[in-house]
Amino acid sequence: MLGDVTFGQYYNARSFLHKTDPRTKILLLIAYIVAVFIAQNFLSLAAVLVFLIVAIIFSSVPLGSVLRSVKAIFFLILFMFVLNVLFHVKKEGETVYFWVVTKEGLISASFLSARLILLVTGSSLLTLTTTPVSLTDGIESLLKPLNLVKFPVHDLALVMSIALRFIPTLANETDRIISAQKARGADFESGNIFSRIKALVPVLIPLIISALRRADELGDAMDARCYTGSKNRTKYKKLTFTFRDIVATLFVAALITGVVFLNIY
Amino acid sequence: MYAIEFQNVGFYYSSTDENDVRRKNYVLEGLDFAVEKGAFVALLGRNGSGKSTLARLVNGLLKPAAGKVSVFGLDTADKNNLFEIRKKAGMIFQNPDNQQIASIVEDDIAFGPENIAMPREKIAAAIDAALKATDMEKFRKSEVAKLSGGQKQRVAIAGAIAIEPEILIMDESTSMLDPKGRREVMEVARTLNKEKGMTVIDITHYMDEAAEADYVYVLDGGTIRLKGTPKEVFDKKEVLRACGLELPRAALIAEKLRRAGVPLSPDILDTEKLAEELCESLRKN
Repeated sequence: MLGDVTFGQYYNARSFLHKTDPRTKILLLIAYIVAVFIAQNFLSLAAVLVFLIVAIIFSSVPLGSVLRSVKAIFFLILFMFVLNVLFHVKKEGETVYFWVVTKEGLISASFLSARLILLVTGSSLLTLTTTPVSLTDGIESLLKPLNLVKFPVHDLALVMSIALRFIPTLANETDRIISAQKARGADFESGNIFSRIKALVPVLIPLIISALRRADELGDAMDARCYTGSKNRTKYKKLTFTFRDIVATLFVAALITGVVFLNIY
Repeated sequence: MYAIEFQNVGFYYSSTDENDVRRKNYVLEGLDFAVEKGAFVALLGRNGSGKSTLARLVNGLLKPAAGKVSVFGLDTADKNNLFEIRKKAGMIFQNPDNQQIASIVEDDIAFGPENIAMPREKIAAAIDAALKATDMEKFRKSEVAKLSGGQKQRVAIAGAIAIEPEILIMDESTSMLDPKGRREVMEVARTLNKEKGMTVIDITHYMDEAAEADYVYVLDGGTIRLKGTPKEVFDKKEVLRACGLELPRAALIAEKLRRAGVPLSPDILDTEKLAEELCESLRKN
């Protein structure tokens, strides 16, 4: 069951957003986040929402999958909403509904929650439309300037891609170890949270040992395949910008202009 | 020039005993042999006989403690030679899960060519050729994690041969596979040997695999006890048994049948030959 876990939540399709260069998507996500934060009123947030809806349509990801990320942090949003209502600093002339709950408090809490939802949904579109592999490629390419300050960009990217590669392998291994420990009478299902966490120790230790052993073998395999570090390497996959990247950038530029305009308006 | 040459090679792992005295535990001692280019050599031996150590000595993953190992004349003890040696001697390992570094088949195969700085345009062609040679073309874009053991090992072979080595070392590469996977992998290795003239060192404990090699070396107690064609080696049943090995299954059956009075020639090693001779003798009666 754990073996089916592939990292993240990639939704396999061939949409406009799927085909956009990962570097563009990462940079535009940052721009989108900025837009969400500079939006000062509901009108500009509405502009962000319109943009998000367009983006979802262009990603051909079903709405349910997109909203799953919101579901995941539903309680966080609720918690934040309540806190914001309770600790709203009351000013003169505000409408008090009851106790400390004011109209203005409710409005500002709703505003923050809306902002958070837009933030999470937008971010999830990146991982939904980009495979972990191309995400790694994108990050490596974007971090390239850091090579100038001797930051090991290539090594970092390699570590990331190996980690991604081994997630299903280690998930399977975990499954096997759990079964093996259950066969020996281990109990993972009863007791309070602490005893359940403690029951995981006999799973984690063999898992870590096996991961180290795998790492050792993988090191040999990499040596055997002429790996000598990041120097004098070529790269098979090349990321190329297309018209899609220009279109996507224009959309985001329009979003930011719209938000700034609506803020003043 | 030999593809691989071992001259009086020894190897030990050091350990300290309870009195804090350093001990040398010899795994290999006085190994002397040479492998011709294009040969298919099966290396047999029970667990702990030093087979895997020998494999790792060939491409310089380990350095000999004594003697000299050379690959196409290049000494593995010289650090500057290692890159060239590993370009010439590809290796695949036992565990199919621990050799791929990328999640997608083609990205993984590209790893070797990238390491030797092959130009981008050539990498695609190298991947095509490697996938074709291992009959894995359909899986180019597949996720490594979703393949079977035999398929993973074939991807490992594809990854090794993408840089066009002249030697392929297989370190018990079929031992964790089911019979089907084992057949697939051996098929690929034999084709590479026959059609591309690749030198293959197959380290195994499956006698049936060894029966189909050009030469068989039997390793026991750190030295080569038997060396020769499969026929020559499997003729010395007593030495084989002393080394903890059995005859190939077909040879075992033939031996029993001979003892029961069925007229069979003494050099039967594989199932096909056995079946052929049995049919022959049936026809005669």
